[in-house]
Amino acid sequence: MSMIEENRVEAVAALPGPSLAGVEDYLALLKPRVMSLVVVTALTGLVAAPAGLHPVLGAVALLCIAVGAGASGALNMWWDADIDAVMARTAGRPVPAGRIAPGEALAFGMTLSVGSVLMLGLTANWLAAGLLAFTIFFYVVIYTMWLKRSTPQNIVIGGLAGAMPPMVAWAAATGTVGLESAVLVAIIFMWTPPHFWALCLIKSDDYARAGVPMLTVVAGPNETRRQILLYAIALAPLGVAPAFIGLGGALYLAVSVVVGIEFVRRAIVVYRVREGAEARKAAGKLFGFSLIHLFALFFVLLVEKAVGLPPLTAPIAGWM
Amino acid sequence: MAGDDDRNDPNRKGLVLTEEQLRRRKARNVAIAVALAVLVALFYLVTVFKMGGNVANRQL
Repeated sequence: MSMIEENRVEAVAALPGPSLAGVEDYLALLKPRVMSLVVVTALTGLVAAPAGLHPVLGAVALLCIAVGAGASGALNMWWDADIDAVMARTAGRPVPAGRIAPGEALAFGMTLSVGSVLMLGLTANWLAAGLLAFTIFFYVVIYTMWLKRSTPQNIVIGGLAGAMPPMVAWAAATGTVGLESAVLVAIIFMWTPPHFWALCLIKSDDYARAGVPMLTVVAGPNETRRQILLYAIALAPLGVAPAFIGLGGALYLAVSVVVGIEFVRRAIVVYRVREGAEARKAAGKLFGFSLIHLFALFFVLLVEKAVGLPPLTAPIAGWM
Repeated sequence: MAGDDDRNDPNRKGLVLTEEQLRRRKARNVAIAVALAVLVALFYLVTVFKMGGNVANRQL
């Protein structure tokens, strides 16, 4: 064998190996379940906004926001592959499982990030594009790279990234950000900690093993239960707020009151039941209901706008 | 080129993809093609709908 052939064989042997990634692995990088939540909240922002984009442009804007959120997820999985590998819930993700190389996930995430921001700028406006870029930056750099491994307040502050889609969509439709979109952001922002901590109560060992300082690991489950309850109590009136700023109607008011009370009731159960399988079950039920809670609020707003139900008169409309 | 000449050589050294790897590569290629086609359609639609009636209002 000539020296050139030997070198070639060695070089080929040193390659990472042929990719086994399927299309479904790249879709998994986009965190489709998180994307579905983003689509619902962003669509609500788009539809509830007073000025509207052409439906086709609105659909493209929505796609850009969803892809931007997915890109954040891919970059998150690229950076967090080491801790994902030691957590049972995330060990099967494409990067820690070895189906997608970290560099591929990085390139995929960066391409989609830049593409979605530019496309949103060209389709809607550059304020919306800037907000989407900020959202991706906040999720990847501020939350994933910095806060997640350094403070138990990681998901409290980092939750802002997940809360932004309605404001991005609102900006896409109107070219500005109003009080209404800020209230929608505030609802998701306040909803995120109890939602995530309910999951942490069940998966606390996972986070401890990975060395992620979640509140359950650092302050313990009982302090987490107390914080969940406090956030649930703060979230209930915030969830009703859209009905008082000219955004939600009578149906929204009724639904937001019911789901808000139910959220607090389930948080009280989590706070009281602290031992054994019942405690895990209560946390699991709160986690499941939190998803229903957020979907219900935004879906009802969406339905009201879609069928033309009028919003309640805004007592503070004169302020805006 | 030497690399091209021995492509069908069963004794060729280096990477030889398995059926599964070939199948997945083909699926990825199809997905990329679909994504590119969607992008073309999106740019076309966005261009048309952004221009809208302004085409008729342009200075002749």
